[in-house]
Amino acid sequence: MILDKSWWKYLLGLWMLLVILGAFLYAPPAKGLGETARIIFFHVPTAWLASLAFLISAVGSLQYLRTQEKKYDIWAYSAAQIGLIFAILATVTGSIWAKKIWQSFWNWDPRETSIFILLLIYAAYFALRSAIDIEEQKAKLSAVYSIIAFVTVPFFIFIIPRVYESLHPDPLINPEGEIKMDTRMLQVFINSLLSFTLLFFWMLRLKIETMKIYLKLDQSVSK
Amino acid sequence: MEKRRLSLIHNAYIVFLKDLHVEFRSRYAVNAIFLFAITTLTAISFSIGPIRLRSEILSPLLWIILFFSSMSGLAHIFVREEEQQTADTLRLLTTPNSIFLGKWFFNVILLFSLEVLIVPVYLAMMGVQVNSPGSFLLIIIIGSIGIASVATLIAAIISQASAKGALLAVLSFPISLPVLISGIHGTQLAMDGSTFAETLSDLQILFSFSIVIITLSLLLFEFIWRK
Repeated sequence: MILDKSWWKYLLGLWMLLVILGAFLYAPPAKGLGETARIIFFHVPTAWLASLAFLISAVGSLQYLRTQEKKYDIWAYSAAQIGLIFAILATVTGSIWAKKIWQSFWNWDPRETSIFILLLIYAAYFALRSAIDIEEQKAKLSAVYSIIAFVTVPFFIFIIPRVYESLHPDPLINPEGEIKMDTRMLQVFINSLLSFTLLFFWMLRLKIETMKIYLKLDQSVSK
Repeated sequence: MEKRRLSLIHNAYIVFLKDLHVEFRSRYAVNAIFLFAITTLTAISFSIGPIRLRSEILSPLLWIILFFSSMSGLAHIFVREEEQQTADTLRLLTTPNSIFLGKWFFNVILLFSLEVLIVPVYLAMMGVQVNSPGSFLLIIIIGSIGIASVATLIAAIISQASAKGALLAVLSFPISLPVLISGIHGTQLAMDGSTFAETLSDLQILFSFSIVIITLSLLLFEFIWRK
């Protein structure tokens, strides 16, 4: 019975196993970067999910302000929490790679700056939430903050590259808009991106369901 | 329609005058922001001593002083309303947007008056040569409008939270980073004597950022303010 509903979870496990094997055994080392380029299969998905979670959190916040329904606040909060985990993972994996290639863990490359700003915003969001006691106020004010933070993001896209020069490899996001990647690398990369995204939504769903149960418990206790 | 818009500006002006009166009764925000700025400036000047710094360091130092001084005083405008329990009366009296505009204007004026004092003192104490004074002034003015706008909006949020003092800087910093980055960049160019055209892109970013934040504030302030 359990197998009926959660067949996709087993499939995801198998899929991610194949991605890990593929990342180390199937994909060839990249030109110039050598074996260290394999981090792309784990680093880029985490960075992408950190941004996706930020977007989901902002949309949830906007919906909350429009409808004042508790479930959207749970969406925004859960997405931010899981987004923070992925943002930390992206920072750490990127930093380890930077030590190997650029000889230092941190040197304010534009990509490092952007992920750091994302971390700061997440941290500020949770600091704000923890400082407000009334539930409705907490949901409302953090939603407003999340939207303000989201709107300022486009500015960074314009400003940071102008002030700081980037050394970050750009096989995917580059001015020419071409995908500069080996075919076998690309196969593993796309599979990794998709499986990580599925994992993210599973985590998000779990978080949201847990939060809803907590909410119900709280309500039944207060009754 | 015309009359409504006029009454928005008029009410904002009345809120501004009221805050000015209340401020001069206690002078809390003025004292906080001025003394903080002077303390920081003295600390920096004292620790550096007679060394002449380059514009790459002088410009960030100036913005750090301005940013953290504003963080010390600009929250008071909303925190005071909650602490003295006058917020509810204010809620009944006029529309949220005119309150926001009045308080925003007060903060802008407060930051400007700080700069009138602190920027010349900074330039004199650190021995800074500003080669393009026009661009320099414009960047400081538009940049401080940006900082004041962010600080006013965040002040409205944190006035309803506990641990108000520490939160303002924490919440404002990621939001006002565009102002800080392009402000520092533009100020440095202006100190080195770049032409107006070279600093124009920084000015454009500062200007558009302020417009975006003010528009966003007018859209979102009602959610913060109404209980």
